[in-house]
Amino acid sequence: MTDATLQPPFRAAAGANSNRMIMVLLGVALVAALALPWYVIEDGFWSGEWLLDGYPLDSSYAPLIFLIAQGQKLWLAPLIGFAALPLLALRRHRSEPVYAKLLLTAGIGGLGWLALQGFSIGIRGWQFGALEAAFGPLGDRQFGLGYGALLISAVFVVYIGMGMAARGAVGGDVFVVSAIGFVIALVGIFIFFPILQMLQGAVRAEDGAYSLSIFTDKFFHRNIWGLGCLSANVSCGVAWNSLLLGVVVGGATTALGLVFALVATRSGFRYGRILRALTVLPIITPPFVIGLAIILLFGLSGTVTQFAADLFGLTPTRWVYGLPGIVMAQMLAYTPIAFLVLIGVVEGVSPAMEEAAQTLRADRWTTFRTITWPLMRPGLANAFLLGFIESMADFGNPLVLGGNYNVLSTEIFFSIVGAQNDQARAAALAIVLLVFTLGAFFAQRRWLGNKSYAGNTGKGDGCAHPQMPRRLKVPVYAIAAFWCFMTLVIYGMIIYGGFVELWGLNNTLTVRHYSDAFGVGWNAGGLVWRGSAWDSFWTTLQIAAIAAPLTAMLGLVTAYLLVRQKFAGKDAFEFGTMLSFAIPGTVIGVSYILAFNVPPIELTATGAILVLCFIFRNMPVGVRAGIASMAQLDKSLDEASATLGANAWQTFSKVILPLLRPAILAAVVYSFVRAMTAISAVIFLVSAEYNMATSYIIGRVENNDYGLAIAYSTVLIFVMLAVVAALQLLILKGTKGRPRRA
Amino acid sequence: MTGTRIKSNAASVVFEGVSKIYGGSVTAVDDVSLTIEAGTLVTLLGPSGCGKTTTLRMIAGLEQVSKGRILIGGQDVTALPATDRDVSMVFQSYALFPHMSVGENVSYGLKLSGHDKAETAARMRAGLELVGLAGYDERLPSELSGGQQQRVAVARALVLEPQVLLFDEPLSNLDAKLRRQVREEIREIQQDLGLTVVYVTHDQEEALAVSDRIIVMRQARIAQMGTPRDLYEAPRNAFVADFIGEANLIDCEITARAGDSASVVIGSITLELDARGLGVGAAKLAVRPNRISLSRRARKNDMAVTIIKTTYVGNHMEYRVAAEFGELFVISSVVDQPLETGANVFLSFADTGPVLLPPAE
Ligand SMILES: Nc1ncnc2c1ncn2[C@@H]1O[C@H](COP(=O)(O)OP(=O)(O)OP(=O)(O)O)[C@@H](O)[C@H]1O
Ligand SMILES: [Mg+2]
Repeated sequence: MTDATLQPPFRAAAGANSNRMIMVLLGVALVAALALPWYVIEDGFWSGEWLLDGYPLDSSYAPLIFLIAQGQKLWLAPLIGFAALPLLALRRHRSEPVYAKLLLTAGIGGLGWLALQGFSIGIRGWQFGALEAAFGPLGDRQFGLGYGALLISAVFVVYIGMGMAARGAVGGDVFVVSAIGFVIALVGIFIFFPILQMLQGAVRAEDGAYSLSIFTDKFFHRNIWGLGCLSANVSCGVAWNSLLLGVVVGGATTALGLVFALVATRSGFRYGRILRALTVLPIITPPFVIGLAIILLFGLSGTVTQFAADLFGLTPTRWVYGLPGIVMAQMLAYTPIAFLVLIGVVEGVSPAMEEAAQTLRADRWTTFRTITWPLMRPGLANAFLLGFIESMADFGNPLVLGGNYNVLSTEIFFSIVGAQNDQARAAALAIVLLVFTLGAFFAQRRWLGNKSYAGNTGKGDGCAHPQMPRRLKVPVYAIAAFWCFMTLVIYGMIIYGGFVELWGLNNTLTVRHYSDAFGVGWNAGGLVWRGSAWDSFWTTLQIAAIAAPLTAMLGLVTAYLLVRQKFAGKDAFEFGTMLSFAIPGTVIGVSYILAFNVPPIELTATGAILVLCFIFRNMPVGVRAGIASMAQLDKSLDEASATLGANAWQTFSKVILPLLRPAILAAVVYSFVRAMTAISAVIFLVSAEYNMATSYIIGRVENNDYGLAIAYSTVLIFVMLAVVAALQLLILKGTKGRPRRA
Repeated sequence: MTGTRIKSNAASVVFEGVSKIYGGSVTAVDDVSLTIEAGTLVTLLGPSGCGKTTTLRMIAGLEQVSKGRILIGGQDVTALPATDRDVSMVFQSYALFPHMSVGENVSYGLKLSGHDKAETAARMRAGLELVGLAGYDERLPSELSGGQQQRVAVARALVLEPQVLLFDEPLSNLDAKLRRQVREEIREIQQDLGLTVVYVTHDQEEALAVSDRIIVMRQARIAQMGTPRDLYEAPRNAFVADFIGEANLIDCEITARAGDSASVVIGSITLELDARGLGVGAAKLAVRPNRISLSRRARKNDMAVTIIKTTYVGNHMEYRVAAEFGELFVISSVVDQPLETGANVFLSFADTGPVLLPPAE
C-alpha cells in the first residue's frame, strides 16, 4: 500500500461527509426499527387507525424492536445486528478496507437475511419441508412486509452503495452507486420477480405441486394454437387471433402513419401543427373509448346500422363485433403513434440526397426506389413493431368489441376472473403473449438497434422537401381526410353519446348520465358527492398523482445514470429498465397478482399495488424523456460542477434537475395521464376500496350502461386535455426567458 | 473591501509513466512523465488529437488513468475523483450554469466547500473584482458577452484557491483582439497570485506568449519540454522546430567535429555550428524564415538563389526562393524596396539561428 492512501484527500469534506452519512443512516434505521410498523397493515398505513389501536405493542402493528423485545418473530433479530454494524465504521476513514467491508457486510447481509426469512417462512410457517424437519414446526406465520421493513431495506441498499463506492466503484460516488442499486433492486422486485413468479405459476397445479406436464398441456392447448378455422367452422386458437390482429393493425397503422407523415412534410400542407395535435389524442383517450364509439356507430343499434336498415332494408348484424371492429378501433387509436415515429423518418431523409440522386440521372421513381425507400425502411419497421406491440397488448378494445374473436389479452383476464379461475392457464397465456411482444421488442433492438440512417448527413441544406407527385398526392389526401373525418365523428359521438338517454332506442337528450355519475348534493352535513363515479374518480386522481412524480423521478434518475455515468453492465441495466415497455399490461396484472398476494410482499387490494404498477409500466416514458433532454445538456456542466467540488448528488440536484425542468414536467404529466387512462393491468389490481375510473367504466359497459360509461369517458378526456394543455403552457413559459433575479 | 483576497495554494503536478487508453484500443496518452513546478504556468501544445485535453482531464480527475501515477503537491491523487481533488478547471465552453446568476456561479464551489454565507459572499466579490467584473453578480450568464463569460469562468475557478488551475483552450471562443487581452490578463493574475496553471492550446504564439514552460505533445507522447526560448531556439527535432514557429528543414552533412562545434556542408557553402551532440554524417538543419537574409550583392559564404514568389503581407515580405537543394521560405522586414519575382539574388544564414537536428527520425 502506498503511504498516500492514508493521508486525507485534498478536499477534506469527503471523509467527514461519509461519517455523517453513516450517522444519518443509522438514525433512519433506528426510526424504521423503533417507530414504523414492521408488517403491512390490513386497514392501510395511511389511515392512521393503527396508531390508536394498540401500537406499538400489538404484534400486527409493532415495530421491529418491539416485536423482538416481546419475544415475537425472533428470526428477525439478526436484522438489527446488520443494521447496527456500520457503527463500527464510524471511526474509520472510507479509504480503509475495513470500512468498505463493514458496510458491504451490513448491507448484503441485511438484505440477504430479509429475503431468506421472507421466502422460507410463509403464511403457514416453514415454506420448505426440509426446514420444518430441521427446526421443528414454527408455530408462527409471516405477514407482508410493511413500511418499517421497506425503510430498513432502503438503508441496506445505501450501505451497499457506500461500501462499493468506498471500494472505488463508478468513481467512488455514493449517490451514483446507491442509485444504481436502487434501480436494480426496484426493477428486480417489481418487473423481474413478478414475471418469474408467473413463469413458476404456469408449472404449478391447483394443489401446489409442480409439474411440467401441466404447463405443456396448457401451453400447447388447442384453445391457444388450434388452426380449426382454416378447415372447419370453429374458431382458431387465441394466439393466432392475436397474431393476426397484431400484424394487420401494425401494417395498417404504419401505412396510415406514413400517409400522414407525407401530408405533413411533402404536400405543401401548411397546417402541420394541427396534424401534430392529433398525436395528443391517444394520450388523452382511454384505449377502449374508441371501441365504445364504434359500437355507437356500427353496433346493433348503432347510428350507421340503423340508417342502413332504414334506407336499404339491411338487417342489422353483429358484424362489427370481432376482428373488423377491433382493427377499426385500434387503427384509429394507434395511427398517431405511427405518425409520430414516421414524421421523424420522413423528415430525416434529406432532400439533398434525393436531389443528388436526381443529378446523377435517376428519375423520380428510381430515386424513390434506391434512395428514399431504403432510408425509410428502418423507420417503417420500427413503426410496424410499435403498432404490433400496442395492438397485442391492448385489452380494452377487444374486451368491448371482441365478440367471439378471442385474443390473448382478454383470454388471460377471463381465465383469472371468470368461473374458471385457472391461474396456471392465465400464466401460460401470458407467457405466449409475452413471447410475442418480447420477440417484437428484441427484433426492434437487435435489428434496428440504435442506428438510424436518417439525418446522418448532418443538417439539411436548407432546401424544402420536394412535393409528392400528383398521382400519389390525391389518394394520400383522400385517405388522410377520411381518417380525420372518422376521428371527428368518433369524438363527436363520444361527446354526444353522453347526453343520449338510451342510444338507438330512445334518442331523447338528457343529462341523467352526468348527474348519475357526477351529481353533488347538499344535506345537513354540507356537500355530498352523490354521483356513483366520484369514488373511482377521486381514487384515480389520487393514485395517479402519487404515481406520477415517483415515475418521473425514477425515470430521470435512470436516465441520468444511463447518459452521464459509465459502469459495468450498463447495457443490461438499460435493457432491464426499458423492458417493461414490451410487457403487456395484462401480463403485468397477472404477474402482480401471482407475486404480490402472499408474503413477503403482500400488496393485493391496496392502493400501493396500483401506484407501483403505474410506476413500473410508465417508467420507460420517463427514461426516454430524461435521456432525450439530458443529451442536450453539455457534459462540461457536470464536469465543471465536479471540479468545483460537487459530488454526483449535488451536481444532479443543483445543476441537472433545475435545467431539466421542462422534461420533468413532461414526464410527470404524461405518467399522470397514462395512469388515468390505463386499463389492462389495472383491471386485475383494483379492489372494492381502490377502484379506478377505467375499470369502473368497463364495469358499466359490461352492464350495458353505455350512457354513463361514455359520459364518464368524456369527463376523463376533458380532464386530461386540461392537464396536457396546462403542461404545454408551463413548458412554453419555462423556455421563454428564465426568471430574472432582482 | 474588507480585505478578503484570493490567495494561492499552488502545488506541483507530477506524472509518473501515465498512460490513458480509451475503450481498450485508442491510446490517447502514452507513458508520459512530466513535472510541473508549483507557481508556474505550463502550456500543453500540439496538433489536434495529440492528447492535450486528455492529459488535462487526468490532472482534473475527470478521466482515470489507465497506467501510472499522478501526484499533486507530492501526494498521490491517482485514485481520487474530480470532486475530491483540489483542482479547478476553466472549460472551453466556459460551462457556466445557465440557471444561476454570475454571483451564484462563482459561489457554487465555495458553498460546497462549506464556507459560511458571509465568507462566501466576500470571496465571490473578491473573485469578481479580480477579473474586473465587480458588480456583475446579479446578471445571468446569458446577459454577458463572450469575454465576460470567460472571466466569470476564471473567477469561479479562482475563488476556490485551488492547488492547480486548468484551462482547456480558454480563448478559442473569443475574437482575435480579445484573445490577446484575455491571455495577458490570465498571465497577470497567475503571476500576481503565484498560481500553478496548466494551459492547453494549439496556438503556438499564445503558448510562447504566456508560458513559463511549454510541453509539446505529439501522438500521445511528449515531443519536447522547455522554456519558450528553448523550444524556439533549440528544438530537439524537426517536428518541434516546425510546430513552434515555422522552420525551413534542410538536408545537410556534418563533415567534421571539433569539440562542440561542427562543420556543416549545405550545397556549396559550409557553416560552423553548435554540434548539439551530433556526430559526423547526415543531419538536418532547421532555419527560421527570418534568420535568412537575401541580398542583391554577393557576400562571403553565400549562395545564389532565384526568387520564385513574392508576397506582401503588410509589416514584412514573404519570399519563396529556389536554391540548389530545394525551396526555402524567407521573411524579410525590408518592405520598401522588395525583391522582384525571378530575380537572381544571394542568400546567407544568420550566425545564430540555424539549428542542427538529427536526420529524419
Ligand atoms: N472519450 C473518448 N473515447 C475514445 N477516444 C477518445 C476520447 N476522448 C479522446 N479520444 C481520443 O484520444 C485522442 C486524444 O484526444 P484529446 O481530446 O486529448 O486531443 P487534443 O489534443 O485535446 O485535441 P484537440 O486539439 O483537437 O482538442 C484522440 O485520438 C481522440 O480521438
Ligand atoms: Mg482538446
